[in-house]
Amino acid sequence: MDSGGVTRRGFLAVATGLLTAYPPIRLSAQSPDSLPGTGPSGKLWDPSRAGRPFEPVRAADNDAAIQAIEKQIHCTCGCNLDVYTCRTTDFTCGTSPAMHRRVVALAEQGKSAQQILDAFVQQSGVAILMAPPKRGFNLAGYFVPSVLILAAGVVLTLVLHRWSRAPLPAAPATRGPQIPASPDELERLRRELDRLSV
Amino acid sequence: MTVLGGLCLWLAFLLGVWGALAGFVGGRSGRRDLEQSARHAVFAMCAALWVAVAALEWALFHHDFNVEYVAAYTSRNLPIFYTWSALYAGQKGSLLFWASVLSLFGSLAMLLTARRHRALLPYVAGVVCTVATFFISVMLFAQANPFHRLAYTPLDGSGLNPQLQNPGMVFHPPMLYLGYISITIPFAFAMAALLSQRLDVDWLVAIRKWTLLSWLFLSVGICLGMWWAYVELGWGGYWAWDPVENASLLPWLTMTAFLHSVMIQEKRGMLKKWNLALIIGSWLLSIFGTFITRSGVISSVHSFTQSNVGYFFLFFLIAAATASFAVYARRLPLLTAETRLESMVSREASFLFNNLLFVGIAFSVLWGTLFPILSELVQGTKVTVGPPFFNQVNIPLGLALLALTGIGPLIAWRRASLPNLRRQFAVPVTVGGFAALVLLVGGMRDLYALMAIALGAFVAATVVQEFARGARARHRQYGEAYALALGRLLGRNRRRYGGYIVHTGMVVLFIAFAGMAFKTETEATLRPGESAVLKSPYGWTYTFTHLGVSQYDALNRQVTAATLEVARDGKRLGVLTTEKRQHVDGLGRPTFQPSTEVGIRSDLREDLYVVLAGLVNGTEQAVFRFTINPLVWWVWYGGMIVALGGLIVMWPGGGSPAVKRAQAGYAVRLVGEHEGG
Repeated sequence: MDSGGVTRRGFLAVATGLLTAYPPIRLSAQSPDSLPGTGPSGKLWDPSRAGRPFEPVRAADNDAAIQAIEKQIHCTCGCNLDVYTCRTTDFTCGTSPAMHRRVVALAEQGKSAQQILDAFVQQSGVAILMAPPKRGFNLAGYFVPSVLILAAGVVLTLVLHRWSRAPLPAAPATRGPQIPASPDELERLRRELDRLSV
Repeated sequence: MTVLGGLCLWLAFLLGVWGALAGFVGGRSGRRDLEQSARHAVFAMCAALWVAVAALEWALFHHDFNVEYVAAYTSRNLPIFYTWSALYAGQKGSLLFWASVLSLFGSLAMLLTARRHRALLPYVAGVVCTVATFFISVMLFAQANPFHRLAYTPLDGSGLNPQLQNPGMVFHPPMLYLGYISITIPFAFAMAALLSQRLDVDWLVAIRKWTLLSWLFLSVGICLGMWWAYVELGWGGYWAWDPVENASLLPWLTMTAFLHSVMIQEKRGMLKKWNLALIIGSWLLSIFGTFITRSGVISSVHSFTQSNVGYFFLFFLIAAATASFAVYARRLPLLTAETRLESMVSREASFLFNNLLFVGIAFSVLWGTLFPILSELVQGTKVTVGPPFFNQVNIPLGLALLALTGIGPLIAWRRASLPNLRRQFAVPVTVGGFAALVLLVGGMRDLYALMAIALGAFVAATVVQEFARGARARHRQYGEAYALALGRLLGRNRRRYGGYIVHTGMVVLFIAFAGMAFKTETEATLRPGESAVLKSPYGWTYTFTHLGVSQYDALNRQVTAATLEVARDGKRLGVLTTEKRQHVDGLGRPTFQPSTEVGIRSDLREDLYVVLAGLVNGTEQAVFRFTINPLVWWVWYGGMIVALGGLIVMWPGGGSPAVKRAQAGYAVRLVGEHEGG
């Protein structure tokens, strides 16, 4: 090897020296990553991967009264969910958090639950409610199924009552050979078939 | 391959048209050559459609992004599992899947019943070909051809919606599709019976397995959909009364009604008109479900499937309903009952009330689903009909149905005497009452939850009583050990005891649903090392400690994962991880908005359900939603028990079809003769 160049031994010595000198630097490069209970939160490597930045939760976000109101308001983002469910489900939605802020703002103004709902209805119409108000034609929505089922139940009961009292129709023409059996035997056989649930 | 696929679609279309014509004309004229030709057309159409499916799968696996469908639903880095399931991830592919499976079911129906129901088969072929041809027509003429090519070839595809990249979504849609599609076979046999005027028990025997199969697929599909919604969507529930969810429930309800009422027709020769109407209605509801899913006429969370083809379905639905009920109305005089009800207190009467409730609930769900449209038509105002409406209307009906699930099996066929009723009801009523008392004393004040659990105990007691009596009878009669007697009881009376297992599954489901009344949740912002505390309905205190956030790349996504340590009453249980996922294509470009992956820790009592909402100012300080959901695992167990019961009921064996036919007809004749004698 050329005496003017770096020898292999020299190169290894320098490299070893560098490696032993660097560990403190490498360790300090990792220091922003936090450990449980130790100071401020570490920065994310790439925040854009985690979706939009969030605000810390406030007391109003967990207020049961606010949540109860939000569960009656339809989110207008197209998700078909209520505001509370949408804002705590699809965390990419920008609509439900805005609606939530409005509910909180109205509540902080001292408005009651009904007044808050009325304010939303005034702005967006009754479609903003998760269930139609019980008045006018909407009553049909609530009561038609139950009334029809009850009416059908009454009719069914009357018809069954009449059927069970009416004389039984004559036996239909049999399609197979007659069975030479006494009524008692037939009854026994019927019970057996019932037991086997054919 | 895609050229071949496109050609096969056209070939299938022509074969379908021919099969429909040959089937109906052959059936009416009795020409054997046409009947035979219709049958062969079904087989040939099936072959052509499955070649088209193979061609589309070939394009998906070879990343042929010049095909619009492939570019829209896959990307180079999409896992193979989901590349395969992209076949039915989009509108066009699912239409092809539907037509192909229908032709396969049609072919199987032809093969399996070739000898026994020969007179019905030309009409069955005609109906199957008509329905399949409609689906093929939508693909060919409504801009829904899955082989449509783009004017350019993108470097990579858009990838699959992240919410669909879940194992539940691989199995849930095809299961539902299989349920919807297989209803066509009972419908085809019902129409064949009406058209051929062969309205004896033959067609019922032919469709027995098909109705069960369809019901089983629907049940499993609905349960898988609930599971997917729970683990993937992140809202902490499994049923939201979404119009598309409702659409899957509707045919399930009417099919379940049919599975009960058909027993009355088989045993007593009654309810012929009703049973035919239920089968026709179930099939129409399956098409209605497709219309709701595809049209976007009602807003739904399933918006990824919407397009303009919905109105083709609406037209088909109206045409099919008109044609079916016109034929039905013409045959009504042939559908008279062979016997009459003997007593109001009989199994038949209880089944009729059970049918009333099933159909009533179906109507109520349909009414609620369509009410926004109706309201807009009548009062010019669109309203929203969400879970509060459906819960208010349907929970009481569901509880009444649960009660009838227990009452029905306790009442004898034909006529029940008072001593018999006392003997049958004593134990179950005591068990149900005792359960209610324990819950009340224990402090449960939620009326619906209390009723669900108490009625569940009542129904469970009826099932146990039925099994115990049956096993005891076998033990006495044959000297069998109780375990063996139970096994043989189940094996030899699969329909009856398999049905009881389905009832048990329903009890488990209802009790699990009641658990949701005690759900607790909270939101919290935590820095690493900080904890949130949540009290469980069982009285335990859970502590969630935020350990930190890590970011890394996975196959087709960039992951931001937050890890939490969970402790119950101070005792460490383990760690939970919840993620934000940014999906990317093969070139590293983001494809969809970041999605959320829920962290779930389940046990038999409750689920801990943690969602990473987001991160504050790009730091590890994270916003979480913590939920405790009681009894959720029992929803999945209940679903499995229902499926197991369904499988037992439809397991082959238990006598040849000829024997079943004879038994079914014989039961009716026997009653008639006895009454006459």
